[in-house]
Amino acid sequence: MSNWDTVIGLEVHVQLATKTKIFSGASTAFGAEPNTQACAIDLAMPGTLPVLNKQAVHYAVMFGLAIDAEIGKESAFERKNYFYPDLPKGYQTTQLEKPIVGRGNVEIELADGRKKTIRIHHAHLEEDAGKSLHEGDFRHGVSGIDLNRAGTPLIEIVSEPDMNNAEEAIAFAKKLHSIVTSIGICDGEMSQGSMRFDVNVSVKPSGSDTLGTRTETKNLNSFKFMEECIAKEVERQIDLIEDGGTVLQETRLYNGDTKVARSMRSKEEANDYRYFPCPDLLPVIVSDETIEELRRNLPELPDARQARFVEQYSLSDYDAGILSSDAAMANYFETAAEKSGNAKLAANWTMGELAARLNNEDLSIANSPVSAEQLAGLIVRIADNSISGKMAKQVFEGIWAGEGSADEIIDARGLKQVSDSGALEQMVADVLAANQAMVEDYINTDEAKRKKKLGGFMGQIMKASKGQANPQQVNQILAKKLNELL
Amino acid sequence: MSIERHEIEKLATLARIAIDDSTINEVSERLGSVLELVDQLQAADTSGIDAMSHPMQATQRLREDEVTELNQREALQATSPDTEDGLFLVPKVIE
Repeated sequence: MSNWDTVIGLEVHVQLATKTKIFSGASTAFGAEPNTQACAIDLAMPGTLPVLNKQAVHYAVMFGLAIDAEIGKESAFERKNYFYPDLPKGYQTTQLEKPIVGRGNVEIELADGRKKTIRIHHAHLEEDAGKSLHEGDFRHGVSGIDLNRAGTPLIEIVSEPDMNNAEEAIAFAKKLHSIVTSIGICDGEMSQGSMRFDVNVSVKPSGSDTLGTRTETKNLNSFKFMEECIAKEVERQIDLIEDGGTVLQETRLYNGDTKVARSMRSKEEANDYRYFPCPDLLPVIVSDETIEELRRNLPELPDARQARFVEQYSLSDYDAGILSSDAAMANYFETAAEKSGNAKLAANWTMGELAARLNNEDLSIANSPVSAEQLAGLIVRIADNSISGKMAKQVFEGIWAGEGSADEIIDARGLKQVSDSGALEQMVADVLAANQAMVEDYINTDEAKRKKKLGGFMGQIMKASKGQANPQQVNQILAKKLNELL
Repeated sequence: MSIERHEIEKLATLARIAIDDSTINEVSERLGSVLELVDQLQAADTSGIDAMSHPMQATQRLREDEVTELNQREALQATSPDTEDGLFLVPKVIE
């Protein structure tokens, strides 16, 4: 047992899936040419005023409802002042005193089946900053600024320090991902920065009630990096204290590619943000009617969906848990199950072959080259014994490569399993006739050892049928025909 | 009420403005008089009154989530001192 307890809290930035910015009508679509989606408001041109996006407010309220939180019926915006070129106004418009989402709870489930409740301190609305580009062909001493992302609506979710190891932190992060994608307020594309995590870590002697000094590692955008970063930071802090040093309160950065963590700024250098109420924005009122309407229309939450999958499709708790954790995967599975009429196979293929292939190619299920309908087409042919499991994998590869539907590929590649007994009888007879020596050998072999000789014939027959003969049927026909010769 | 020299220097740093050594005393006096005014305001009894985040008795209007601002990069970058490949160029920043 370790002599140290770890305490972890998370701050999670979630980009809301609105069409436009939080305070302007410029598009938030990902991947546009630099600065083509940054309007006068996003650029903080003099004389412009922000107008709050209704959808952003509604999405934030939906998150609050999903975690059973108090909803801030009257919330307000503050200015957080700091200088940085990707923040044209010189302040970030955010919420401090009156956030839109108050205290709430998120339940996580751990690998050993244990459940734990992580308390949410609050969640607030704010705007994202732009991006600074340091690499490129710029002249020496120059950075490039792209403000397309400036003003993209975010909710920042702040947890209580309720996690005690990396597993709990990752489970919590994944649960939040699952919730925000399930209720459709975020696309969940981590590689595009749609969810970013700040991790607060401290250690204290086992059993102590006093929290240690914490560090904050900013802007992690993958669960894997988070896990690595927490492990390294816990080890660094324990080593430091055991060697007689003290942990400094500081902001740190972790580079997931190089696996190097480093200090960014200490508390002494910390920014003095000089928060004050934003005079450009009035108090935001969310009526009881709006809250109730959003509550009525709230999409199914991951826990409810897991229970439904167990009930409706007779899946195991474990399988249902995996499939329901990701909204896109859950929808994919349901479409494949409904269209194929075979939920068990749909679950196995979604979590197995498909998930593995997507993982290999680093694709999200939303961008899967094999659609749920196409997978259903393949499952139908597996279920009705048209193709073997081995052929199914070939057909899957064909669909992946864009060769068409399962039926088209089975036809084009001549993969259909031959189960017609007349055709199989003929095939077996032909092979026996062409291999008289093997037949003689079989007849002259002791009865006890004859069974071993069958494999040779099977090989020949499968070769002659290009692998399409139904093996069980061939076995029966072959045994019958050889017995007749004895 | 006076305001210390080091406080003026810190404020200037935060606000990214240069204050000449010779004008620090004057700035200190002027800011001090603002703070005196605030002191007078703080003498008012506000117990039992909710803090207002805005002087007007009005609430925020909300906008529909529709794209209304299309690409205006060319016009918006026309007054920029330096651009390249659609990016605004600034003195190099780290972190």
